[in-house]
Parts: sequence; C-alpha cells; structure tokens
Amino acid sequence: MSLLELKNIHTYYGHIHALKGISLTVNEGEIVTLIGANGAGKSTTLRTISGMVKARSGEVLYQGKPIQRVSAEQIVAMGIGHVPEGRRIFPRLTVEENLEIGAYLLRDKKVVEERKQIGFQLFPRLYERRSQKGGTLSGGEQQMLAIARALMQDPKLLLMDEPSMGLAPVLVDFIFETIQSLNKSGKTILLVEQNARIALQIAHRGYVLQTGELTLSGPAAQLAATPEVQAAYLGGH
Amino acid sequence: MLEGLVALLPQVIFDGLLLGFVYAMIALGYTMVYGVLELINFAHSEIFMIGAVVGVEVFRYLGPAIPNGIVVLLLALLLGAIISGLMAMVVERLAYRPLRARGTTNRLVPLITAIGVSFVLQDVVRFIEGLWHNEFKLQMRVIPPLDGNFTFLTVFVQYKALILILVSLLMLFGLNYLVNRTKLGTAIRAVAQDMSTARLMGINPDVIISRTFLIGGALGGVAGVLFAVQYSTIDPYVGFFPGLKAFTAAVLGGIGNITGAMVGGLVLGQLETLSGTYLPTLTGGNFGTEYKDVIAFLILILLLLFRPQGLLGQVVKEKV
Ligand SMILES: Nc1ncnc2c1ncn2[C@@H]1O[C@H](COP(=O)(O)OP(=O)(O)OP(=O)(O)O)[C@@H](O)[C@H]1O
Ligand SMILES: [Mg+2]
Repeated sequence: MSLLELKNIHTYYGHIHALKGISLTVNEGEIVTLIGANGAGKSTTLRTISGMVKARSGEVLYQGKPIQRVSAEQIVAMGIGHVPEGRRIFPRLTVEENLEIGAYLLRDKKVVEERKQIGFQLFPRLYERRSQKGGTLSGGEQQMLAIARALMQDPKLLLMDEPSMGLAPVLVDFIFETIQSLNKSGKTILLVEQNARIALQIAHRGYVLQTGELTLSGPAAQLAATPEVQAAYLGGH
Repeated sequence: MLEGLVALLPQVIFDGLLLGFVYAMIALGYTMVYGVLELINFAHSEIFMIGAVVGVEVFRYLGPAIPNGIVVLLLALLLGAIISGLMAMVVERLAYRPLRARGTTNRLVPLITAIGVSFVLQDVVRFIEGLWHNEFKLQMRVIPPLDGNFTFLTVFVQYKALILILVSLLMLFGLNYLVNRTKLGTAIRAVAQDMSTARLMGINPDVIISRTFLIGGALGGVAGVLFAVQYSTIDPYVGFFPGLKAFTAAVLGGIGNITGAMVGGLVLGQLETLSGTYLPTLTGGNFGTEYKDVIAFLILILLLLFRPQGLLGQVVKEKV
C-alpha cells in the first residue's frame, strides 16, 4: 500500500478546471517530485492533498484512508505537513512563535520545546533570529522557518511547494541537501519544483504536469533523460 | 480666568481618564474582530449596551439582598462579561459565520448584516425590558460604598471611579497577556495574519474567531457594567455613541492593533472632556459643551490625515 494515492482527481476554482484527472502515488520513504510550468496545477495538487481546496471528484487516499472530505486542520493531525508556496510565514509572529504555532496540535509543552530545538539544530540561523519577527527574515531564512515550522508536528509526509523559489544558488543547494537528509531520516516527501534539474537530482521518482494533466512519469533519472523533459524543463540541448 | 482653567485641569484629566478607559475596553472588541475578520462589527456597541443592562438588573435584584456594593459590582461584572461574551459568540455564529461559509467576498454584506444585528439587539432588549418593567429607561441603583468619595488635592474622586480604573487596568493587562503570551493568543494573531496558512498549522479558524468574539464581547460587557455604574442612566440605545466613539478610538489607535485601541480610547477620552470643559470658556460661551464631539472629531480627522494608519498602526510591509 502506498503512503499516498491520488485517484482521478478533478479540482476546480469556480469554472477553472485546474486538475483534470490526476492519479499518482507516493510510497513510504520516497522523494517524489512534481514538475511543470507556471499554472500547470502543481500547487493545486498539493492543496488538494492537504485539504486546502476540495476535489470535485476522485479520491485522495492516505495510508489507505480516503481523506478528500477531511478538513485541512484534521489532515495536519493525520501526519501530512505542507510547506506552502511563498513560505507563508506569519510576518508579525516571532521566529519562535512561528515554530510554536506549527506545534499547535501538540499539548505537551516539553515535546514542543524538544521539537523547537530540533529545528534550531537543523537551521542554527533560526536560533540566532528566534526573537525576530518572521516578516523581517530574508527569503532563505523564511524558507528554513517554513520547513522547521512544518516539522513541528513531526509529519510522516511532507508536501513542499517550490522551496527553491527566489533563493540564491548556494541556498538552493543547502535547502535541497536538507530535504535529502530529512528523507534519509524517514520523511516521505512530495516535492513541487520549477527547478526541474535539481529536483530530479534528489528525487527517486517524478511526474510531469501539464495544464492540469500528468503527461509523463517514471524514475527521476529516466525522466531527466527523456527528450520532452530535456526540452521543456532542463533548457535542453 | 486662566488660573481657574488651570485649577480645573487635574479634575478634567481624571474624568477624561474614566471615559477613556470605557472607550478603550469597547475599542478592543472592535479591533480584535477587525484583526481576524476585517469586519467592522457594528453590533459590538449593542454587546456593550447589553452589559450595561445586565449591570442595572443585577444591582436592581441583588442590591436589596447583598448590602455590600463591591460584592454586587463583582457579580455584575462577572455576569455582564459572561452574557455579553456569549451574545457576541451567538451573533458571530448566526449572522457572520454563514456569510463566511458561503464565501461572500463583498465586504459590504457582513457590514450591513452587522448594522442589522445592531437594530435587532436594541429592539430585543427594549422589548424584554418593556415586558419586564414596563419601562425601557433604566436607572442604576446606588449601593454603598460605591457612592463614597474623597478629594485628593483638587480632584474629586468617587470610589466607583477608582474601581472603574482598577478593573479596566486589570482587563487591559489581562488581555495583553492573553494575546501575547498564551497559545490561544498566538493562534488569534496567526489567524489574523494569515487565515489559510493557520489551517495548515491545524488551527480551525472558526473556533478561534468564535473565541475572539467571546473575549471581545466579555470586555464590552465589563465596559457596559462599569459605564452603567459610572453614568447611571441606561436604555437600549445607550450603546450608540460610546460604540461609535470606541470604534473611532480603534481607528485612531490603528485598527487591528490592540495597544493602539487602548491608546486611542484614552486619547479620545481626554480630547472629549478637555474640549467639553474648556470650549465654553475659551469661546466666551459661543460654543457650548455640546460641541465637544465636533472638536474631538476635528482633531481626529487631522490626526488621521497625517497618520492614516492610526497612531500605532503600521503600514504593513511584507517580504515575499
Ligand atoms: N485561487 C485561485 N482562484 C482561481 N484560479 C486559480 C487559483 N489558484 C490557481 N488557479 C488557477 O489554477 C491553475 C493551476 O494553478 P496552480 O497554482 O496550481 O499552478 P502551479 O503549477 O502551482 O503554478 P506556479 O508554478 O505558477 O506556482 C492556474 O490556471 C491558475 O490560474
Ligand atoms: Mg504553484
């Protein structure tokens, strides 16, 4: 049984048909990447999984259970963390408060404190900035905070939406190394990226999304070698 | 003449402080709800009025049984906070949440709903009071030692005024603690800043919004009880002016900003009593005390021309 399975998902925004029958699977322990151009529906796919938008038809199975009608708040509690596009840090909460609110569902203060320390170990930069307001952080720091915040509830599955967006190349490398080490420590990751090159480097498998439909899928290396992907997403030669 | 004016000043400032605290407490209800929903909850002035009416009724019925005015006041405050807080929650549940659930994006719809709720609450209270006492104008019963007083230097101080200040300060500090230091407070701020991302944290915004109305409503109820004790005559329409002014105070302080609402309330209280006292003398009687609001609001308009975001409001700059 896959950790996550989407079966023929159709999602709409009003009359806009954003996802036109998406089916995909993510197995436990994998990094799976979803690549595609602007407006292809990558974020919508993640939002449909985390319950922020509701599919009009189709099924989202998490650990075999249908969750397409479960509310976003409850889906978090089931172990799906979402690092949203644009990071969405609470700008007027401090770094520490941003982390604490990430642990909203936890009751045990000791556990919250432990998880905070884990986050600070992962990103020592956040520890230095812990009393600063989230809105005053640099883009890279905000991305670290968004990841650390999602880790506070210790999710099994982490949905990441364009973590490299707007970051300097050094930082992009650092973030992707972090994603890999999170995966090695047991997190399953569904990674949305426009930076297909680096995404396909760290992922086990990948899917290509085009205007709401999946056009290609396969092991990452194999996908990177296809002419279509080369031409459209890797600035082909 | 100048000497006389100066001699009056401490008293005027003290009276302005009382009014300011009442405004501040009501303003908090407006500002908290605005903070999370960007809704101007006009019905909040009626939540305040309900607190005042509860205050009068508690004094009417418990006064004869309990000889100590302070005990009666504490009971009135408790009951006023509970009833107003619950009423605010009910209003949110019945009037605003259904609109949110339908995804109404037009901001005027909830605003007009709020005004409608105001009228409904006024008339419901009038109806109940009419049935109950054949009279909807209510007079606060005075119970010792609340009517006691003393003169401190040149300032005439009533015990009830001291209590008003004390209770307001406690409420304001309490609220600050709640909003800035507790989990619920952090959740309220998170929902106010970014409701959809708050859901990704496992927060149910409806629950937090409901709590926000409860807290704001309870503060409004406390303000109502204190107002009734201080100013004695109450009717179902008594919320209108204090509500309007408290709303102004919230805007003056920077709507959505909690400290701003407190500061705005205190500033407005001072402006109003100062102009009310000095206007007649300074204009040789040409403009009477009744022009106090004109002056107070003129100053407000000027302030807002130069600081449209309010005294403590920030122009929000957010990095992407
Ligand atoms: N809130 C919304 N309301 C209406 N339409 C939307 C909304 N969000 C997305 N869409 C539309 O749905 C389609 C898919 O958008 P989505 O954000 O999922 O794409 P994406 O692949 O994440 O793009 P990007 O790379 O730009 O982030 C687009 O046509 C977009 O215009
Ligand atoms: Mg996107």
